[in-house]
Amino acid sequence: MAAILEVKNLQHTYSPNTPFGHIALRDVSFQVQRGEFIGVIGHTGSGKSTLMQHLNGLLKPDGGQVLLDGKDIWSDKAFTRQCRFRVGLVFQYPEYQLFEETVYKDIAFGPKNMGLKPEEVDRRVKEAAAFVGITEQQLEASPFDLSGGQKRRVAIAGVIAMEPEILILDEPAAGLDPEGREEILSNINAYRKAKNATIMMVTHSMTDVARLADRLLVMNDARLVMDGTPGEVFDRADELVQMGLDIPDITRVFIKLRAMGLDVPQVYTIEQAVQALTSLKGGHSDA
Amino acid sequence: MLKDITMGQYFPGNSPVHRMDPRTKLLLLVGYIVALFTAENLLSYLVVFAFLAITIAISTIPLKSIVSGMKPLVMILVFTGILNIFFTTGEKIAVRFWVITIYWEGIVRAAFMMARILLLITGTFLLTYTTSPIALTDGLESLLGPMKKLRMPVHELAMMMCIALRFIPTLIEETDRIMSAQKARGADFESGNLIQRVKALVPILVPLFISAFRRADELAVAMECRCYHGGDGRTKMKLLRYHLLDFKAFAAGVFMIGAVVALRILGL
Repeated sequence: MAAILEVKNLQHTYSPNTPFGHIALRDVSFQVQRGEFIGVIGHTGSGKSTLMQHLNGLLKPDGGQVLLDGKDIWSDKAFTRQCRFRVGLVFQYPEYQLFEETVYKDIAFGPKNMGLKPEEVDRRVKEAAAFVGITEQQLEASPFDLSGGQKRRVAIAGVIAMEPEILILDEPAAGLDPEGREEILSNINAYRKAKNATIMMVTHSMTDVARLADRLLVMNDARLVMDGTPGEVFDRADELVQMGLDIPDITRVFIKLRAMGLDVPQVYTIEQAVQALTSLKGGHSDA
Repeated sequence: MLKDITMGQYFPGNSPVHRMDPRTKLLLLVGYIVALFTAENLLSYLVVFAFLAITIAISTIPLKSIVSGMKPLVMILVFTGILNIFFTTGEKIAVRFWVITIYWEGIVRAAFMMARILLLITGTFLLTYTTSPIALTDGLESLLGPMKKLRMPVHELAMMMCIALRFIPTLIEETDRIMSAQKARGADFESGNLIQRVKALVPILVPLFISAFRRADELAVAMECRCYHGGDGRTKMKLLRYHLLDFKAFAAGVFMIGAVVALRILGL
């Protein structure tokens, strides 16, 4: 299957030729397949957000290419604009970008910019609102009267309403309570399943990516240093810790158990841990 | 990108110009502006220019940043030049066509006016390039100190200025972020007629205002929590003191002003 998105030797420098200039991306390359759920991890300033802004043509690379369906997104102006709709980007703290009088109008901003018919805009707004759990009543409210978590959901709905094939989220759950976190993450997964969309999620929560992602990209110091399944990445726990990153809590517990001499495999989700422990217990009772 | 605007930004450094007392720099800037408006012939302009050029050389600010900071002012310069060329009358006619007559005096005057604006702004920029906002407001507060006797809220004004300067880069960054976020939803700021373009600003301005108010609110609470209560009895961490360097700078400044005044009196 051909990759839907391909990044080739991407390079980016902020404020070049000034005392503030710094390199944000060095020679980053990877491919994304349709329907994947990719977690992007890396500590603050490692270049994750810069990378994400290249994928829908908000930032222009200093070197290298971003290919959407095999075509360079900067090849012509119309295509760059089209990319913004096909690759939806939800920024960090997206609730700060709300501006309309009603939730409905704010969610409709993206679809309207796409030049869709009013009926189609209406359908998409309602569908997007349903994905993130916004009620019909709330659609007529002012976005500024909602709670923080609800604002966040409206902002995400604003991007989902464009029905992007690739949905990129920069820490969608940052600053939310555990319940809000859980809801937003399951909303995103629901969208992915319904539209067979590709998800790329930047996050600091290793537990979340371990549970949700099929594949992890690890950024460190402007480079892509790891690219693999959560199992492959968390197997290199030492390196992650060295980069100042975390590993899922359960993985840490199991590493400790192994150090104490217990024969357990490497795990990174609660389910795996339960399985491992049950089989261990089973093994003991047999003996 | 918005972030690349260098106008009024502070470039950290350790040159003698950076290390100078902010009061010295402020006073020298005032002197420099006086000299600039006293200057009326080529030679005195050259003196002022030389003073600025030497200061820039000492400051180690790259010429490129200074030039790029000038870009937004090109329109003002061009406008000034055109006005002076067309609306100055004199004796020697340079060009004449249809109803327009251009005099040599106009051309000379336009050149001098443009040079004056350019020197004025570069000099002022150099102050903000080499002085951190905090140092600048400290200097201003200290210089305006005597006005306190006239019940002028000097400390409060300085604090307001300091906060305003401090938040310029933050708000620029914020604007950049909001613009990107709306662009990601297909907002288009670059095409359409004037009305469409103004309308396109709404999705930026509304969130920007809301966030500015939120920041102001948070800052007020934070200041309150640290028991800020204005300038009375407040001490400074960095006491301002004049050093040898400052006296040297003053000497250079006085020399420059003296030269310009002398040239004016002599009518050279």
